[in-house]
Amino acid sequence: MSQAKEPGYKDLPLGALILDAGNSEKYETGGWRTFMPVHDPKKCTNCLLCWILCPDGAIIVKNEKFAGFNMKHCKGCGICAEECPPKIKAITMVKEKK
Amino acid sequence: MAKILALTGNEAAAYAMMQINPDVVAAYPITPQTALMQKFADFVADGDVDTELILVESEHSAMSATVGASAGGARAMTATAANGLALMWEIVYIAASNRLPIVMPVVNRALSAPINILCDHSDSMGCRDAGWIQIYSENAQEAYDNTIQAMRIAEHPDVLTPAMVTLDGFIISHGMEDIRLLEKKEVQKFVGEYKPPYPLLNPQHPVTYGPIDFHDYYFEHKRPQVDGMENAKRVAVQVGHEFGQKSGRTYGLFDAYRMEDAEIAAVILGSTAGTARPVVDELRQRGIKAGLLKLRVFRPFPAMEIAKVLSGKKAVAVLDRSLSFGAQGGPLFCEVCSALYNEGHRIPVINFIYGLGGRAVEIENIQEVYQKLGKVAKTGNVTKIVNYLNLRE
Amino acid sequence: MTEMTEIRWHGRGGQGAVTAAKILAQAALGEGRHIQAFPEYGAERRGAPVRAFTRISEEPIYIHSPIHTPDAVAVLDSTLLDAVDVTEGLPEAGILVVNTLESPGTIRKRLTLKGRKIFTVDATQISIDCIGKPIPNAPMIGAVMKATGILPLEGLVDGFRNKFSEKFRPEVIKGNIKAIKRAYKEVKTE
Repeated sequence: MSQAKEPGYKDLPLGALILDAGNSEKYETGGWRTFMPVHDPKKCTNCLLCWILCPDGAIIVKNEKFAGFNMKHCKGCGICAEECPPKIKAITMVKEKK
Repeated sequence: MAKILALTGNEAAAYAMMQINPDVVAAYPITPQTALMQKFADFVADGDVDTELILVESEHSAMSATVGASAGGARAMTATAANGLALMWEIVYIAASNRLPIVMPVVNRALSAPINILCDHSDSMGCRDAGWIQIYSENAQEAYDNTIQAMRIAEHPDVLTPAMVTLDGFIISHGMEDIRLLEKKEVQKFVGEYKPPYPLLNPQHPVTYGPIDFHDYYFEHKRPQVDGMENAKRVAVQVGHEFGQKSGRTYGLFDAYRMEDAEIAAVILGSTAGTARPVVDELRQRGIKAGLLKLRVFRPFPAMEIAKVLSGKKAVAVLDRSLSFGAQGGPLFCEVCSALYNEGHRIPVINFIYGLGGRAVEIENIQEVYQKLGKVAKTGNVTKIVNYLNLRE
Repeated sequence: MTEMTEIRWHGRGGQGAVTAAKILAQAALGEGRHIQAFPEYGAERRGAPVRAFTRISEEPIYIHSPIHTPDAVAVLDSTLLDAVDVTEGLPEAGILVVNTLESPGTIRKRLTLKGRKIFTVDATQISIDCIGKPIPNAPMIGAVMKATGILPLEGLVDGFRNKFSEKFRPEVIKGNIKAIKRAYKEVKTE
């Protein structure tokens, strides 16, 4: 492990507090993906269930409409595809090409 | 100036809380603490405090609510005893790890089984590793004085560690004594305003309390607690000195009573230290050089300081009001021995387990301790390390 | 330790033995003494024999052990004379104050007691007359004060008034003070 590069105990805030709010954005989970979501705008009704249920906030919404995936944080879990209503199925998971 | 009132230890601690006027108190009743919170609830009902008193459904909730309030930036307190403290356990650790300066009177009572409501120190001794400062009180006056001082010690920026102030169940909690009270104004000035470093309820500076932490950070997050606890030693002495200037009653980490030229000495916590004083006086009248080390601050343990006071003694007895099963003796005994060892003193030390479940501690029992000490001092031999005082064989 | 006075109170749960121990201590505090008052630690229930203790001293009190050789013993309920040894540890010069209709001589015979000074008072009747309830603790305090001479009566009356003026109605306080004074006057000795 690369513990040596991490801060020492004297440099950490007391009480294991996290002082910078919203710092989870710095943690890029996009590298975890083996499958990536693909969106079909013709099928999408913009119900935004995917936006509600995405565990990493990786669904981008503009003007109350689906506007793409934040691939820095999408970890490829497939919840968006799973939860897209059965009669719609506007999101499908395809294998990452790496 | 000071008002003198006849108060029980519970009432005295409740008066201290009233004069501190904490923002939040969360509590659940348990004998022998119940009367303490009942008195504090009187103060709330009479409008003597601004405290939000939260009556919860268990001690686990009492400590949880206190932790929540303290994280939110409030000066928060609770109180408990024995089984109540045991039920709080999980959150007791969390309060310390989150560096929340909660002050909690603990009315020492035996842990079950068999069920018992009377005094011993098994409850607070059981959580001696939880990361709380522990201050033991000899009498009701000290229960009052220590509660006020604990607030200052716990909230000191170099400390930020919760503190429990103990008082012996029934013996002190239900015994009425003459207590010298400070004016509320003086106490308010003494404890000052609590300025939480990172209150949770500050939308300008949002923070996260209690995140998950694995092998990569947990260790580093625990280590600063050690420094906070260590700093408490220095701060406790400062605060005890300052309190003395206000009240005429100065406190240190311990009270070394007739120790200077003593040849034999007993180390004692809590109300029994009081009972030992007249015994020491009587021995001195008979020409026996006896002394008493009444320990006040058990956590952080003043190892070096104790070793210094005990150095050169011919024999030392350590009295423990709790058991530590499988250990080499009671918790205080083990601490004192390792303090002496680390400072290079080879003094014969014997341990007396006493007073479990409220077993009375008589003058004769303390005399027996010093008698045995005298023998050990004469021969230098310890035949029995752990002894049981006033136990039927 | 000679300047310390130790008193043991015997009663039944509900008769106010613990309160009596505390009120006497409080009165002594009013006279500038150091005090301790404590119950025998147990799960008290109404009717069960209970004991309480008062220590009064010119010097600060450090000791926290039970009282075994009291200077005086107060018995709030004479049925306890058959149930517990109320004279246990009471030295030759000790004082025994009993709430009873009987005379001190009769109590002496009943207990086959040698030495000690015995005092009796009908505290139950006094409390019924003055307070309207058979709670004998207030008159027993008056009797103990007279028997021991430990404090002036006025100090106790003032202390009682101060302590309870917020808690009880004036007629209750008046009744109790009347009971204390009457027992102080009526307590008999051999």
